[in-house]
Amino acid sequence: MSGALLARSLRDPVSVEGLAANGWTALLAAARAEQLIGTLAWRVQGLAMPDAARRVLEDARATVEQGRLVALWEAEMARRALTGTGMPVVLLKGTAFVAAGLSAGQGRQIGDLDILVPRERIDEAEAALIAAGWEWVKPDPYDDDYYRRWMHELPPLIHRERDRMIDVHHTILPLTARITPDAVALIDSRLALENGLSVLPPEGMLVHAAAHLFADGDLQGGLRNLWDIRCLIDEFGSVEFELKLAACAALHGLTREVERALRLSAHLFGEGTRLTLADRIYVRRLLARDGWGQPTRKTTELAFYLRGHWLRMPPLMLLRHLWTKWRKGYRPAG
Amino acid sequence: MTRYRAAPAATLRIVPLDVLTLVYHRASGITHVVDSPVPELLEVLGEKPLTLDETLAALAAAHDLIDPDREALAARLDELVAAGLVEAV
Amino acid sequence: MRHSTMLRIGPVGFRVGSDWRAPVALLDELYRDYPQPQDGIPDFNVRLFAARFWRRWLRPSVQIGGDFVIPDAAPLPLAQGLLAAEMAMNLQMALGQRRYLLLHASAVERDGKALLMTGESGAGKSTLAALLMTRGWRLMGDEFALLDPATGMIHGFPRLISLKNEAIGVMEHEAKGGRWGPLLEGTPKGTIRHLVPDARSIAAMELPAAPALMLFPSFGFEAAEREVFPSECFVRLTQASTNYVTLGESGFDALTGLVRGVPARAIDYPDTKTAIATVERLWSELA
Repeated sequence: MSGALLARSLRDPVSVEGLAANGWTALLAAARAEQLIGTLAWRVQGLAMPDAARRVLEDARATVEQGRLVALWEAEMARRALTGTGMPVVLLKGTAFVAAGLSAGQGRQIGDLDILVPRERIDEAEAALIAAGWEWVKPDPYDDDYYRRWMHELPPLIHRERDRMIDVHHTILPLTARITPDAVALIDSRLALENGLSVLPPEGMLVHAAAHLFADGDLQGGLRNLWDIRCLIDEFGSVEFELKLAACAALHGLTREVERALRLSAHLFGEGTRLTLADRIYVRRLLARDGWGQPTRKTTELAFYLRGHWLRMPPLMLLRHLWTKWRKGYRPAG
Repeated sequence: MTRYRAAPAATLRIVPLDVLTLVYHRASGITHVVDSPVPELLEVLGEKPLTLDETLAALAAAHDLIDPDREALAARLDELVAAGLVEAV
Repeated sequence: MRHSTMLRIGPVGFRVGSDWRAPVALLDELYRDYPQPQDGIPDFNVRLFAARFWRRWLRPSVQIGGDFVIPDAAPLPLAQGLLAAEMAMNLQMALGQRRYLLLHASAVERDGKALLMTGESGAGKSTLAALLMTRGWRLMGDEFALLDPATGMIHGFPRLISLKNEAIGVMEHEAKGGRWGPLLEGTPKGTIRHLVPDARSIAAMELPAAPALMLFPSFGFEAAEREVFPSECFVRLTQASTNYVTLGESGFDALTGLVRGVPARAIDYPDTKTAIATVERLWSELA
């Protein structure tokens, strides 16, 4: 129930003025669990609320501000490391939003640095980053192989001194998924920032968020992705944008995902819309949190985890992968 | 020819303590604990980018270096580049 | 969460949920004189849960959860549920505290001024703080001291004092009329017992104090002392603070202000009697 409370509070900030202590407690717990507490802090700033809530949200805002600074610095250091190669470097996700000054960046919590580079230059990128002080997080031969050949990114690198991770992608979905976006087109469509780094155009960012939301995993962080999408629509929505968005989605084979993401975003954070039956299951899953911000509906969660993996790998590979992982003692969450 | 440029002075909070100097780099949020000749280097490289030899000369002129060691300076500059306090352009 | 309770330690409110009644009942008992979170809204949530549903009953083991977690944390047996709760609250502070700069130090107060004692685990800072509490000082905290970047003042975090191994016997003797938690044997850190801070320390919990002296104690050596210069203090304190980096420039200002404004000494001591005497002497000389 706290998931629904969080969605409502973001959609209609004034509604928090009616919350009692236990409502605030549940809201803050859910916001933290969904990585949306910075966003919430922005949305409700200045509204009437108990002092304790104001304090928690002020702290969240300060944390996010410092996080933003650190994220931009990571991008800058990656730029310095890669500038000699001359290859295009496209920022993705949270770092892209803040680097481009978008409303989706307001209050956003940012984790690792995600960048997109041309596939044929990825080894060069890897070498340049390692020369500049990044190193592999976990040397595990099987995982490494899998990542390189099948996933859409290098195995994660972490900077030796700064202790921050960078994920270097060469496309936006794993290579073995049923959907294969056009990585070259994505990179070609990039917009340059002042410092020489690039970002995707807004329709590209939205398509990426939608791809990430459904096809790339098990819906974890789903609410945040949908909020990102809502912000992009708010900032860029127009007839022209809708045409560009449709064209971009079609080019990458993600029309169905983008349309679903738009419906879910409108339902949760916008004016509302008609949902399909499948949409409703997604909504249930996305809002499944209790008063402690903990995921409820565990069986649905496991089903989504399996589905995430199924999408990512052909069945034979999935069996082999799970067998090897199981022998190493790994259990999926839930 | 590689030139070296220090982070802009406005982004550096430099606090000398007894045997060490603290440098808080605002742009990165990183606190560096440094010793001579780092504060001097940051000063000398703060105006415009200099080559290795130009840096050596400027340091010697401004700070009375007893034994200007070119190799040692190159090593220090590489460290500062890795730390983000200096950029190689 | 089947069972839950709320409490406030210093300026920080917690909500603690648990799959079992026992840890919550213990918290309610030991923290009974502590206030509730401000406005009934906690700063942090802590969860004590069974990782697999059968672990609620079969060799019950407590997994630690909360707003902030570390992956792969080992669970504790239910008998050590109180320890799990304390560790979980510590973890929220270590990973999530943002308003105050966290110093890994014990703190006691006299005349509105704070004595900070910092050092590695086992160096004796918790025991020293507890002893000073029995000798008329107000206990501000045994593990964390909170430095307010806006004011430079120290705020207390007087959680249950965590005493280990030999120190338990010492304090059972020194703290007449003290209220204790259960004796916990076989924990990852040996034998632990929690002592509730005295009434005075709890009542004065919200009063900050100006930092006046910093000590780096080392237990088990011949008596010795030396001055510790600001540069060494700074480096040691940043290593001991889990949130220095998160606070950015205000953390830098707060810590440089502290090390430049407060005298510091490293003291070695063979026994507690010497330690107390040294502390009292240095306080009268420097604070």
